[in-house]
Amino acid sequence: MMKKLLFLLLIGWAGVTQAALTIEITEGAEGALPMAVVPFGWSGPGAPPKEKIGAIVAADLARSGRFKPLPEGDMLAHPHSGAEVEFRDWKALGIDSLVVGQITPHGNGGYQVRFELFDVFRGEQLVGYSIPTTARQLRTTAHRIADIVYEKLTGQRGAFATRIAYITSLRQADGSKKVSLRIADADGYDPQTIVSSKEPLMSPAWSPDGRRIAYVSFEKHRPAIYIQEVFTGRRQKVAAYPGINSAPAWSPDGRQLAMTLSKDGNPDIFVLDLASRKIRPLTRHYAIDTEPSWSPDGKSIVFTSDRGGSPQIYRVPVSGGQARRVTFENNYNARASYSPDGKKLALVTRVDGAFRIAVLDIASGRMQVLSNGKLDESPSFAPNGSMIIYATKEKGRSVLAAVSVDGRVRQRLALDVGDVREPVWSPYSQQERSY
Amino acid sequence: MMKISLMRSIPMLLAALLFAGCSSTPTVEQEAQVADHSVGAGTGASTQGAAAQGAWTGNPLDDPNSPLSNKVIYFDFDRSEVKPEYLDTLRAHAEYLASHPDVTVTIEGHCDERGTREYNLALGERRANAVANLLTAEGVARSQITTISYGEERPIDEGHDETAWALNRRAVLVY
Repeated sequence: MMKKLLFLLLIGWAGVTQAALTIEITEGAEGALPMAVVPFGWSGPGAPPKEKIGAIVAADLARSGRFKPLPEGDMLAHPHSGAEVEFRDWKALGIDSLVVGQITPHGNGGYQVRFELFDVFRGEQLVGYSIPTTARQLRTTAHRIADIVYEKLTGQRGAFATRIAYITSLRQADGSKKVSLRIADADGYDPQTIVSSKEPLMSPAWSPDGRRIAYVSFEKHRPAIYIQEVFTGRRQKVAAYPGINSAPAWSPDGRQLAMTLSKDGNPDIFVLDLASRKIRPLTRHYAIDTEPSWSPDGKSIVFTSDRGGSPQIYRVPVSGGQARRVTFENNYNARASYSPDGKKLALVTRVDGAFRIAVLDIASGRMQVLSNGKLDESPSFAPNGSMIIYATKEKGRSVLAAVSVDGRVRQRLALDVGDVREPVWSPYSQQERSY
Repeated sequence: MMKISLMRSIPMLLAALLFAGCSSTPTVEQEAQVADHSVGAGTGASTQGAAAQGAWTGNPLDDPNSPLSNKVIYFDFDRSEVKPEYLDTLRAHAEYLASHPDVTVTIEGHCDERGTREYNLALGERRANAVANLLTAEGVARSQITTISYGEERPIDEGHDETAWALNRRAVLVY
């Protein structure tokens, strides 16, 4: 009896901690390119690794909305190298691009993953690599292959080998809430909790090198800003002034952190130099100033202020000076963040009483609303600028969604239990282009 | 005369109806949530300390016939002005605090889920400050008051409609 109970408890526990994000495409682009990723071959003794490299690559490319990978069951052959490819077969199936590959044991428990991408019509190889990897890194290797294929075929860098951080909230048996800050691969796999608390956690922000995350925790019954190393879990408290300590935003060089503090009476933007620990005020206004975001060139900061009577986006030089209003359409615009190329801002805007995600073209001032929920918030650009991930509501639950910047591709990312919110897409990892 | 008293009773009647509506709509789970957030872990150590201190004052704070038993005031969307209907309640709290200088109070500011989280954290602080300023204007020492904003992070009603939002846009006096 006891054993059975323990077993059930363990199942329950596993169900909660593993709570995976599942991603589905809710709207694909018309004209997605027909392609095929053949399941990768295995040339070693013993059993092949359980990770299906070909399937991971195909799923990544499908998720982008720009490709339509052929279902495995429709394939007429399963070549693993260029020499085995009969281009006529794939032409007959209407396939434009073909990926084949092979996994070989390599070194002590490692693997060598070789892949080739072909233009089916010309019958020529577009790219081919052999990547050494480990059992733990196999999924990441698959995402890197998807990145390479995506870049070769679209001309734009891929963002599959990246991660997302997000906040989850799960109701416990005693009625309390357990709030966690988690990190998962960009396809929702391998979620890991890096902090959890009974008190609110907010505003996760990746450092530009992807090794640290700044966030706000109420664990001491007051909001404070922490910086935590993603890999070691080591952390330090960097701001715990009286009042609000919130909305941390990294400078592009990772040396400074902009933040909102209300220590002087009302919320203003401050800049903390992480090495010297010196803090300087950037805005001084009796209105609410919050939600800073650094421009990619490091020269200016946009923030939300209600100094004009309703929340709007303003921009101020990092060196200080006069803030200029950036948004003029709609009476509620907040939480702007720059696109990686610095030309656009993703923000939350209110249209017809609904809070939606919009992209503002900075040069023209034109705003395009991209989402269609009522309570959409927390937009975050993918590091290649192609998609925006954000939080939305679905049947009363908080889920994540992603939309392509042109509004044509939509994805939904749901947790199997509880609420998930405040997604932030990681920057590219440092080792990304080491081969 | 008759007409005036009827006119006067209409808002109360509406309020009663609204209140009845509110108390009947939340599920059992949400009521548990309410209880949890008003006296539970969320209000923290300061609550327990203050309650212990409050014991010898004889607990007028819990007397349902006293305006002191009202410890929550509500706000309009994206606003932080204290509405006139709450002035009597807050004056009663100010009088109580001024005459009990050893008693401390934490004022929590909260928002509904609409709008962005960090902006709402700032808005919640503004609401808490609006209440704190009113109390100090009525003679309460600033040292008796602590303010904290939870923004939209601690809704009392987890619904996603105007009824829930109205209940969540609040400042709470926690003794």
